[in-house]
Amino acid sequence: MNFKLQKIVPQLITVLAVVLVFGFFSYNAQVNMENRGIDFGYGFLSQESSFDVQFSLIEYDGSHSYFRAYLVGLLNTILVSVIGIIFATILGVIVGVARLSPNYLINKFAAFYVEFFRNIPLLLQIFFWYFAALRALPLPQDADAMFGVFFLTIKGLYVPAFVWENFNVFFYSIVAAIIAIVVIRIHARKVQETQGKQLPVLWISLGLIFILPLLSFVIGGVSLSFEIPKLKQLATTSFIYEGGVSLPPELIALTLSLALYTATFIAECVRAGIQGVGKGQKEAAASIGLNPNQVLKLVVMPQALRIIIPPTTNQYLNLTKNSSLAAAIAYPDLVLVFAGTALMQTGKAIEIVSITMLTYLSLSISISILMNWYNKKIAIKEK
Amino acid sequence: MSKINFLKPDKENLNTFLYLGSLLFFISVLDVFLNSFFNVNITGFLPTLLSFLIPLIIGFIGLHFIRIEHSGYKFLDSLNKNINTNSFNAILSLLIIFVIIKATPPILSWFFVDASFAGDSKDVCSGTGACWTYIKVWFNRFMYGMYPNAEQWRINLSFISLALLGSVGYFATEKFKKYLTLYYVVIYPFIAFLFIFFFISGGPVFFDFSYGIIAAVISIILGFFIPSRFKFYYFLIVPITLYIILKYFVFYEELIELGKLDGLNWVETGAWGGLSLTFIISFFCLIFCFPIGMAFALGRRSDLPLIRYISVGFIEFWRGVPLITVLFMSAVMFPMFLPEDFFIDKLVRAIIAISLFEAAYVAEVIRGGLQALPRGQYEAAKSLGMGYWKMHIFVILPQALKLVIPGIANTFLALVKDTPLIFVVGLLEIVGMLNLAKTNPEWLGFAMEGYVFAAIIFWIICYAMSKYSYNLEQKYKTER
Repeated sequence: MNFKLQKIVPQLITVLAVVLVFGFFSYNAQVNMENRGIDFGYGFLSQESSFDVQFSLIEYDGSHSYFRAYLVGLLNTILVSVIGIIFATILGVIVGVARLSPNYLINKFAAFYVEFFRNIPLLLQIFFWYFAALRALPLPQDADAMFGVFFLTIKGLYVPAFVWENFNVFFYSIVAAIIAIVVIRIHARKVQETQGKQLPVLWISLGLIFILPLLSFVIGGVSLSFEIPKLKQLATTSFIYEGGVSLPPELIALTLSLALYTATFIAECVRAGIQGVGKGQKEAAASIGLNPNQVLKLVVMPQALRIIIPPTTNQYLNLTKNSSLAAAIAYPDLVLVFAGTALMQTGKAIEIVSITMLTYLSLSISISILMNWYNKKIAIKEK
Repeated sequence: MSKINFLKPDKENLNTFLYLGSLLFFISVLDVFLNSFFNVNITGFLPTLLSFLIPLIIGFIGLHFIRIEHSGYKFLDSLNKNINTNSFNAILSLLIIFVIIKATPPILSWFFVDASFAGDSKDVCSGTGACWTYIKVWFNRFMYGMYPNAEQWRINLSFISLALLGSVGYFATEKFKKYLTLYYVVIYPFIAFLFIFFFISGGPVFFDFSYGIIAAVISIILGFFIPSRFKFYYFLIVPITLYIILKYFVFYEELIELGKLDGLNWVETGAWGGLSLTFIISFFCLIFCFPIGMAFALGRRSDLPLIRYISVGFIEFWRGVPLITVLFMSAVMFPMFLPEDFFIDKLVRAIIAISLFEAAYVAEVIRGGLQALPRGQYEAAKSLGMGYWKMHIFVILPQALKLVIPGIANTFLALVKDTPLIFVVGLLEIVGMLNLAKTNPEWLGFAMEGYVFAAIIFWIICYAMSKYSYNLEQKYKTER
C-alpha cells in the first residue's frame, strides 16, 4: 500500500504542476488576446502576404500567400544547410585525418585550425565574414574574373548558369548509371563471397558514371552551354551582372562561417572515430596479409564509421539549427521571412512562432529517429 | 667515394646529399622569405608560372636529397621522421612553411607595424593597418554597454568582489572544505544576485525581494530553536507566512519610501551591455541550467512513467529547436502568456530562455554519465538500504558527474558562445555593441578591428575554459 502510494504521489504532483502551468499560460493567452482583439487561427496562411523576399528558390512575390512565404523561407534554410553540410563534411574529414598525420607541421596546422575556429562564437564569425571580409571585395565593375567565368564582387558571387537541352535524357542516363553500379556492386560482393575473386568495382563504376552520360550527349541529343554573367551598366556608377546565377553575399557569408565552424566539430568526430579503432585490429589485418589500402577500406573504416556517424549527424542537426542565425545578416531563411517579416505584418505571434518551432522540431526529431534506427542496424551484435 | 645516384639518396654519400639538399631547401625558403618580407623576387627573370612554382620544386628536391634513414645525425632523423616521411608529406610541409612565411608580413603589418594606437579621433587612422584607436575610444562601450560612465565603478567593484568571493575555495582550510559545496551552490549565487540587483542595477532596498530575504533570515534563525521533529513542517509553513505578514501587514508604503536608499541611481537593464553583460548572462545561465538539467536527467531515468515522459518531452523539445527561436518566443510570445499587469524584465526573460535551452543539453550529458555507471553501483547502494535520494546524492551523481566533466564543459562553452544571440530580445552584449558602433557615422569602416577584438576576447575566454575543464578532468580522474 505504502509502496504504491510512493509511486503515484510524485507522478500526480508533477502532472498537476505541468497542467497548472500550461493552464495558467493558456488562460492568460486567451484573456490577453481577447483584450487586444486578436483572434487565434491559422487562416492567415492563405492570405496575400504583400511583402517581397530578395532571394528565393521558387517563384514568389507579394501577391503570393503567407504559406508560400513560409515555403520560400524553408527552402532557403534547407539550401544553406545542404551546402553548409557538404562543405563542412569535406573540410572536417580532411582536417580530422590531418590531425592524425605523423607529419608534425600538418598535425599542428590542423590543431590550430580546430582550436581557433571552434572557440569563437558562430554569430561573431558570420558578422566577420559578412560585414568585414566580404565588404572588402571589389565593386562589380572592378572585379577580375576567376577562371574567366566567376565574378566575386561585393554584391555577391556570379557563376555561369547551365543551359540544358534535353535535360531529361541526361538525367535518366545518370539514374541508369547509378542503378547499374548498384547492381554490379551486389554482384561483385556475391562473387567475392562465393568464389573469393575481387572484381575491379571502382574502375567499372567510374567508367559507367562517365560513359553513360557521355553517350547521352553523343546519341541522346543532349547539349550543354554556359551563360556567362555579363557586366551591365544601370547608371553612371551603378553596375550589375546579368545572366548566370548570382549568389547573394549573405548566402556566401553564412555557408562559409557555418562550414568553417561545424567542420571543427566534425574533424574531432572523425579523429575520435579513427582513434577509436583498436591498434590490434590494424595489426591483425596487416598480419593476415592485407595491404594498407585494404586495411583502411575493409577493417578500419567500417569500424570507425560506426563511431563517427552518430555524433556527425548531431553536428549536421546543429548546423541546420544554427543556420537560423541567418536572421542576423538578413538572409531570408525561415526565421527571418516567417518569424520576422510575416510576424510583424500579421501580429500572430503564437501561431507563427509555434509553426516555426514545430518545423525545426519535426526536422530534428525525424533525423534522430532515422539515426536511432541506423544505430541499431549497424551496432555490433554481441553474443 | 662511390657512385652517386640522385634518385636514391643513400648513406654512403651522406655529406654530399646533406649539403646539396640543405642548400636547395635553404634557397627555396629564402626565395619565399625575400619575396614576402622585402618584395624582392630573385627568380623574376623566369616566366610567371615557373617563378611561382620554383621554390616548391627546389625545396622538394632538397627535401628529397636529405631523406636518408638512420643518418646518424639526431636532428636530421627527427626532421625526416616528423615532416619529411615521403614525397607527399614533403610537399605538404613545404606548402605549410610557405603559407606561414607568406602570411606573416601582412598580418604583422596589419596588427602592429602599420596600425595606429595613439590619438582619440578617426583622423589618426589613415594607414593600411588596423585602427586600434577605434577600440580605445569605444572601449568603455564595449565593456559596459550604455551603462553611464560615472557609474561604471559599480560594475568593476561588483565583479572584483565576486571574483574574490569566488576564489574562496582556494584558501579554505580543511575545516571549511566540507561547506564549500553548499557555499558554491547556494550562498555564492545568492550573493552574486544581491550584488547585481542592488549594486549594479541600483534596485530599491525595500522591494518584494527584500521581504523575502528578511523572512528567510528570521525563519532560519528561529529554526535553530525548533525541535528537529517539526523542522520540516516549520520550514514548509513559516517562511511563506512570515513573508506575507511582512509584505501586507507590517511594512506600509511610507515605510518603504523611508527605507529606500538614494545613494545609487537606478540603471535599467536595457542600458546594460558589453562584455559585462556577457559575463552576467553566462554566470546566471550556468548556475540555473545545471540543477534544472540534472533534475531532467534523473527524470528521464526514473521508473515512474509519467515523470519520464514529461522529462523526455521537455528535453527533446528544447534540443529540437534553435536558440534563436526560443529567444523569439521569450520576446514576442511569452508576454502573451502572462497576466496583463505582470511584467518580467527582458534580461530575466532571456536568462530563463537560455537556461531552459541549455538545461536540456546538460540533461542529455548527465544522462550519458548515469547510463555509463555499472548496475552494480545502483544495486550496492540499494542493498545498503539507501533510498532514492540518498543513493543518488552520495553514490550515483558524484561518480556520474565526474565521468561527464568534458561534456558539461562543452555545453558551458556552447552557452558562452551563444550569449551574443540575445540581440534578438534587444540586449546588446559585446558583439551587439560592435554592430552598433560600426554604424556610427563618425566611425564608419572599422568593422574588421571590432570583430577581431571581440574574437580575441571570446577566444581567450573559451580556450581558458576548455583548458580548465581538461585540468579538472585530469584531477578527478579515478581508476576504474
